[in-house]
Amino acid sequence: MTRRERYEAHQRRRSLVIATISTVTVVAAIYFLVPLAPGWTKVQQSFFNGETLVKTFPKLLEAFRINVMIFAWSAPAIAVLGLLIALARDAKSPALFPLRIFGAAFTDVFRGVPVILTVYLIGFGIPGLGLPRPWNSPYIWGSLALILTYSAYVAEIFRSGIDSVHHSQRAAALSLGLSERQVMRDVVLPQAIRNVVPSQMNMLIALQKDVSLLSFIGPVEIFRQAGVFKSLLANFTPYVGAAIIFLIVTIPATRYADHLMARQMRERR
Amino acid sequence: MPKLELQGVIKRFGDRTVCDGINLTVDEGQMVCLIGASGSGKSTLLRCINLLEPIEDGAIFLDGEDISIPGLNPQSVRARIGIVFQSFNLFPHMTALENVMLAPRRVRGLFRAELQPEVEALFARFGLADRMHNYPDQLSGGQQQRVAIVRALAMQPEVMLFDEITSALDPQLVGEVLDVLLMLKKQGMTMVMATHEMGFAREAADKICFLDSGRIIEEGPPEAVFDHPSHQTTQAFLARALK
Repeated sequence: MTRRERYEAHQRRRSLVIATISTVTVVAAIYFLVPLAPGWTKVQQSFFNGETLVKTFPKLLEAFRINVMIFAWSAPAIAVLGLLIALARDAKSPALFPLRIFGAAFTDVFRGVPVILTVYLIGFGIPGLGLPRPWNSPYIWGSLALILTYSAYVAEIFRSGIDSVHHSQRAAALSLGLSERQVMRDVVLPQAIRNVVPSQMNMLIALQKDVSLLSFIGPVEIFRQAGVFKSLLANFTPYVGAAIIFLIVTIPATRYADHLMARQMRERR
Repeated sequence: MPKLELQGVIKRFGDRTVCDGINLTVDEGQMVCLIGASGSGKSTLLRCINLLEPIEDGAIFLDGEDISIPGLNPQSVRARIGIVFQSFNLFPHMTALENVMLAPRRVRGLFRAELQPEVEALFARFGLADRMHNYPDQLSGGQQQRVAIVRALAMQPEVMLFDEITSALDPQLVGEVLDVLLMLKKQGMTMVMATHEMGFAREAADKICFLDSGRIIEEGPPEAVFDHPSHQTTQAFLARALK
């Protein structure tokens, strides 16, 4: 072992010991101190009731299928609309000027209004026109509210991706005789989209959670179902169950997005 | 009639004049080398010829036809004039083969299958046959630059412009790229190149133009410009460059 290796081995052992002691101390403190709080037994009873959890979990899981469904049809629509808005905002031809204005207004409005408000306004407002079934379904208009809001954010991310492609790529493509449209489609967009995949993954994760906002206008998805159980059993544990189900989906997805991000950072260097 | 002719070309960026009344004629099959210090306007001039930069005044003729008329659709002109850049600018999301096939497919409207033999022959001619399916980041600098040349040639241009194409290469890779230019010269390609490779310019060029502050202050055959420069600035530049 060289001098340096001996030193590094020593440092590693030292770090490990310190990390262990610090972690054990914190966990022990939580474990012993939290139950000393005056309301702990009540909280334990109403939030962490094992029996209630086991009883309601299967139903919650079933309700979660609605979340997945709404997510599944909203996400592709958001990707398409977001990309169209991004392209509209970068349109150069004077004939397309109205499209540019529209794109800018669209992103300003839907990024500026809280999601829940958009869900309310569209989810209650449009069916209020007296549309016949099934066109008055909150699934349709609630999803539309999510699609509009998220498209605004996704469009901005696509735009930053388009800007991230170096202008020399455009010059090279133009110099070969390609038209502006062909340059965008064949050279700029493929690189732009690849550059923003990690950021868009984070939008997908946020969307998966925000689907629950539709519960306010009708659909009995997981959050609403947990609320029903809460009223029925006078116990908050179903909410904790719902949170667990969300985490089972979102933690792997978040880890994956972080992994993509880290890989991209490595490639850029 | 010269293949390419520039008459009083003026290019400004803001109030900075980068090309200040450039006159230049290039005959069919000629190789013209632009030399001069960095910032003397060589690269900008090449970008103007390819219509990547609009010119303020003057005119550019290709086969006697004015290609610098404002509002002219630049696409058809660019398809006839190839340009290769210092930084390669290959498309990183495409293989070498796809890089080369993109423009002929889109602009010449050909199918992959029609192009395949022609393009494969080009790759083989430039010693890249086993690199066709590699992505740019799997190629050396010299290989990337040769692919960039092949990409421009696949449009069957009448004139090729080279913008300091060896400046970003490791010294041991410069030779393989310059060899490609000699091959093209032998085939009769009309070429204009901006370069710092004085040895190569002297050997291969038919005409040398020395640029200073956006003007060609001296031009002529290599022997004349290199051995008996008449202008003081040229003498000073060459003394430094050839040291």
